[in-house]
Amino acid sequence: MGILIDRFDTFASGFWVTLQICFLAGVGALIIGTVVAVMRISPLPPLRAVGTAYVTLFRNVPLTVVSFFAAFGLPQLGSSANFLKVPVLDAIFSRLAIDLPYFRFFIIALGFYTGAFVCEALRSGVNAVSPGQAEAARSLGLTFTQNVRYVVLPQAWKFAIVPLGSVIIAMIKNSALSGFFGVSGSLSDAMNTLTSQEGLPLIPVFIGISIGYLIMTVPLGILLDQVEKRRAGAAR
Amino acid sequence: MSLKRIAAVVLTGALALTGAACGGDSDNSGGTGKTFEAGTTMDRLSKAQKIIIGTKFDQPLFGLKGLDGKPAGFDVEIGKIIASELGIPADKIEWTETKSAVREEYIEQGKADIVVATYTINDTRKQRIAFAGPYYVAGQDIMVRKDDASITGPDSFKDGTKKVCSVTGSTPAKKIEEYVKDKTTQIVLFGGYAQCVEALKTSQVDAVTTDNVILLGFVDQDPNALKILGAPFTQEPYGIGVKKDDTKFRAFINDTLEKIYADGRYAKAWSDTVGDVAPAPTGPAVNRY
Repeated sequence: MGILIDRFDTFASGFWVTLQICFLAGVGALIIGTVVAVMRISPLPPLRAVGTAYVTLFRNVPLTVVSFFAAFGLPQLGSSANFLKVPVLDAIFSRLAIDLPYFRFFIIALGFYTGAFVCEALRSGVNAVSPGQAEAARSLGLTFTQNVRYVVLPQAWKFAIVPLGSVIIAMIKNSALSGFFGVSGSLSDAMNTLTSQEGLPLIPVFIGISIGYLIMTVPLGILLDQVEKRRAGAAR
Repeated sequence: MSLKRIAAVVLTGALALTGAACGGDSDNSGGTGKTFEAGTTMDRLSKAQKIIIGTKFDQPLFGLKGLDGKPAGFDVEIGKIIASELGIPADKIEWTETKSAVREEYIEQGKADIVVATYTINDTRKQRIAFAGPYYVAGQDIMVRKDDASITGPDSFKDGTKKVCSVTGSTPAKKIEEYVKDKTTQIVLFGGYAQCVEALKTSQVDAVTTDNVILLGFVDQDPNALKILGAPFTQEPYGIGVKKDDTKFRAFINDTLEKIYADGRYAKAWSDTVGDVAPAPTGPAVNRY
């Protein structure tokens, strides 16, 4: 168990890199998921078709394959995902700005993949909003955009928050794949380094790595429980 | 009863040997008719006209099983030469796949008489088996795009601009850390070398590093796009694994290696297999410990 203390720096830096991945991919997934969800409930058939195609594709392909396409397909298309070098963001998340693109590629893969699940979680929330709400909004003369933005989505979020939380928790765990797609220094990479490279005993290392993930996932779960309780109270 | 039987068998064997020894001579022309000291492994194998050689079946250029079901490569050629020195023709050799994790076990249990399988000599392994050789010194090397002359060795990574790829959790990945300026911006790690090669071809990285034997296999697949620097910066001596206490057999293999270094068969074994992608090495001095 001394490993946990002796190699605390490795665990800590791995935690920080994984946290960056999760934060950036999570924000990306929420934006993508919302856009796709709106497309899927829009009155325009082509938009609905695109949204459905997106979800069908990204929900049904393993994340390993999506990551593979991001890491090896994007370079073939001549992209190093430089659009993610956002000026202020890259000061906080220094990995975004470096020359090596694999951190950005993995965020794209994880964001797009999780986006499909976010979309479906949101849609379940939209379905839970009483149809009368949208009808009333329409009869007041609100456009589709206004309807979605001011009436449907604000209510849908509340219904969707718990399934969304599960999606994000799943995403945090999925981020463990990063170590195999060129992102060095993440928690999963730290696991490989400490076990197969340095030959340290597996169990203490795995316990350390697990703690790293639990620090991210457990508080999120508790927060969701609180939100749910508050909502149940409000509904009464 | 059983003791008597054993004694009888030994006696018969000794008689047979004496008989054979009369007809044999000491020429080295290969084929049958070679004689060895009674009771040695060489004697047993030569008499049986059968040897089981463990090699890799998945290591291009060194031991790779082809569509004809037979392995081919430099290790395989070395195995054939040792067999022929025992008077066993190549078609009497039984090849068995020895993956890295099972090599000691195969030798200890007699599932393979010798193991020639990109087998690095080290002290941990010496506690369970013995090594003849080394017959080749492999080492960590660097592979780059064929048109890239800017990387000349591991020191080329010290200025912090060149990016290098290896496999996550591997020893070469750790070794190259000593040569880079900033790990975060210079080292890319994937789950397998094929991905590193892809990243190299699409110019996302400038080099791939691991054991030269693995790199040679990739260069062999795509000699127009890739090249190896050919300047290993670590030492991985490859030995031939035999049973731990079989000193005579080990000495015989060492003698054989020294002989083939001198008579050109070693160089031919190389040029027939790895020769297209790397110049022939000089045979390393065998270690008779």
